Amino acid sequence: MPDKRIMNVAEAIREATDTCMERDDRVFLMGEGVADPAAIFGTTRGLADKYGANRVIEMPVAENGFTGVAIGAAMMGRRPIIIHQRVDFSLLSLEQLFDNAAKTCYVTRGQHTVPLVVRMIIGRGWGQGPAHSQSLESIFAHVPGLKVVMPSSPRLSKGMMIAAIEDPNPVLMLEHRWVHYVEGDTPEGYYTVPLEGTTKVRDGGHVTIVANSYMRYEASEAAAALAEVGVEVDIHDLTVLRPLNVDAIVESVSKTGHLLVVDSGWMQHGIGSEVITRVVEQNLTALKAAPRRLGLSDHPTPSSRELAKDYYPRAFDIADSVADMLDLPDDKRDQVTTMINKARGSLPADIPNPAFRGPF
Amino acid sequence: MHATFPASELKAMFQSMLRIRLIEEAIADKYPADKPENQKMRCPVHLSIGQEAVPVGICEELRNDDQIGLTHRCHAPYLAKGGDLRAMIAEMYGKETGCCGGRGGSMHLYDDAAGVLTSLPIVGSVIPIAVGAALAMQQVGSDAVSVSFFGDAASEEGVFHESMNFAALKKLPTIFAIENNHYSVYTSLSDRQPDRPLEKMAEAYGMPAFHGDGNDVAGVRIAAREAIERARTGGGPTLMVFDTYRWREHCGPNYDNHIGYRSEGEFQHWKEKCPVETMRRLLKQEHGFGDDDEAVMVTVINSEIEDAFVYAENSPLPDAETAGDLVYA
Ligand SMILES: Cc1ncc(C[n+]2csc(CCOP(=O)(O)OP(=O)(O)O)c2C)c(N)n1
Repeated sequence: MPDKRIMNVAEAIREATDTCMERDDRVFLMGEGVADPAAIFGTTRGLADKYGANRVIEMPVAENGFTGVAIGAAMMGRRPIIIHQRVDFSLLSLEQLFDNAAKTCYVTRGQHTVPLVVRMIIGRGWGQGPAHSQSLESIFAHVPGLKVVMPSSPRLSKGMMIAAIEDPNPVLMLEHRWVHYVEGDTPEGYYTVPLEGTTKVRDGGHVTIVANSYMRYEASEAAAALAEVGVEVDIHDLTVLRPLNVDAIVESVSKTGHLLVVDSGWMQHGIGSEVITRVVEQNLTALKAAPRRLGLSDHPTPSSRELAKDYYPRAFDIADSVADMLDLPDDKRDQVTTMINKARGSLPADIPNPAFRGPF
Repeated sequence: MHATFPASELKAMFQSMLRIRLIEEAIADKYPADKPENQKMRCPVHLSIGQEAVPVGICEELRNDDQIGLTHRCHAPYLAKGGDLRAMIAEMYGKETGCCGGRGGSMHLYDDAAGVLTSLPIVGSVIPIAVGAALAMQQVGSDAVSVSFFGDAASEEGVFHESMNFAALKKLPTIFAIENNHYSVYTSLSDRQPDRPLEKMAEAYGMPAFHGDGNDVAGVRIAAREAIERARTGGGPTLMVFDTYRWREHCGPNYDNHIGYRSEGEFQHWKEKCPVETMRRLLKQEHGFGDDDEAVMVTVINSEIEDAFVYAENSPLPDAETAGDLVYA
């Protein structure tokens, strides 16, 4: 067995970018902080030195303008990668993304393409509050012409990042800040992970959980505890929101008869609504109980730790939902809660679980 | 120039700057997350240490009903305009008694009683909001004015130019006040904008402009007086650019000159021009302000700071049950 290459998601994204910049001199980076000492949480570390200021371009604070600039360059055959340190900052560029990035191929009947990658980071914790921690993937995933991906592990992040850079279409990659700390085995060199479908992360026959991004880890924590009381969970990580392919989820629900979707964002008009609809459309009779959704509470993100403590779905909530669906007795519920508490320790809710380290 | 102000006024400006300095130093002291007894201000903080003169110089000329709109770096202008200190510290502690009841954190300060309309952490976001406040003032026939405070980088956003254009077109009673601290996080102005004076941007909109030393509080105040007077009397908006320098890291309590984006020498150069120290020297050399006078001032300020932190510590956290209230009016 060759040694494992353990790295975290931030390093994997850096490696993917480096791999593509080495292979293809049309690839370039632009954004606020791409060449600064913090290097976008380490994801662009060393690239400015290696490739120079023409390919790692520190941008003025002008998101709408530079997104249009990137789209124009992409239409000319260049391969720009834009980075926003928070999803929230990309909001200034929605017109360019929705009207130009998303529609150019369609309007020109494929004559013009926009091979653009936009990386956006979802903040969470340390009281960042209402305008620095929004998880707006469903807004982007609403728009035909955009691809939207949310890889959650180092292997997926590297492979999907390379696939995104090579894709002839605009691909938006949303990275949860806490996911940057996730470590795992990551293949060396060049490889791609296709930008379609789901990734199965746990096998079980009683309940299907669909989760994306950081919620995958909360779901896994819940599933590990549920397994102790004999409940086996099938977890599907929805790594690609658009184009959406729910085949594996439908197949899983056909087996389990129970479906829970855990959104990283708000639920209303969200990913859960879409996934559940698709499952119901394709196999209504498979469901033995009403499908369920979890997601952010239906209000802006408050800064105060006390107000935010119930804001994000946690392993406890996921386990509770499953317990409700399966009508688990109280003693088993208690056992599950105890297990999760033991795994988590006494960490406050506004910092990541013990597998993760700061800063934020 | 300083002859314009009697000693009492100079002392008031000094007191206001010193107070802001001491408050922010207290925050910096109690903030660091490496001390477990701290970790109570669980939100990002953007300190204005070194930049006190612009907010104080401008706000000394403003009336209570004048409105200011602020950015992530809002503590200093909030305090200079008379924003409640207890409500500010309590907000940073995430407490019920904070100005937003803990919902906003340090980047969303406001105080209606003091004319601090809002603080918004998305770069450039507040500029049109302050213009909108001026439109409202014009519509109701008030002679109040609005001021947006923002950094050099905000002038790169499209919304700055859109707001300048509209304010000039409608001769709105507003002031665009750029605190040019020469950096956007770690990126210097010269890496983001062509080499030309920022205030020249006003010319494109036919708007009067001012450029001056942002560490000279009296100079700031004299310039602000003229711009505010013009706005109050129907003469329309002004762009004001003040050069200054942020001493500590962009976000957080520490110094970060060692990480390489700027030099220790540059920092020392600006530290020499400390707005608080400059005024202290003037008062002591020319206005008979003694060490004991300052000691009295510091004692009063420190007890106010102490009170605010105790208040924040002792205030209750908001009730989690209320987290979903008031999403709509
Ligand atoms: C639209 C947007 N883009 C990026 C950011 C991240 N950001 C926060 S503060 C800041 C620097 C702003 O510099 P400047 O406007 O000069 O103000 P200063 O921090 O120097 O006071 C940046 C880039 C943001 N908050 N909003």
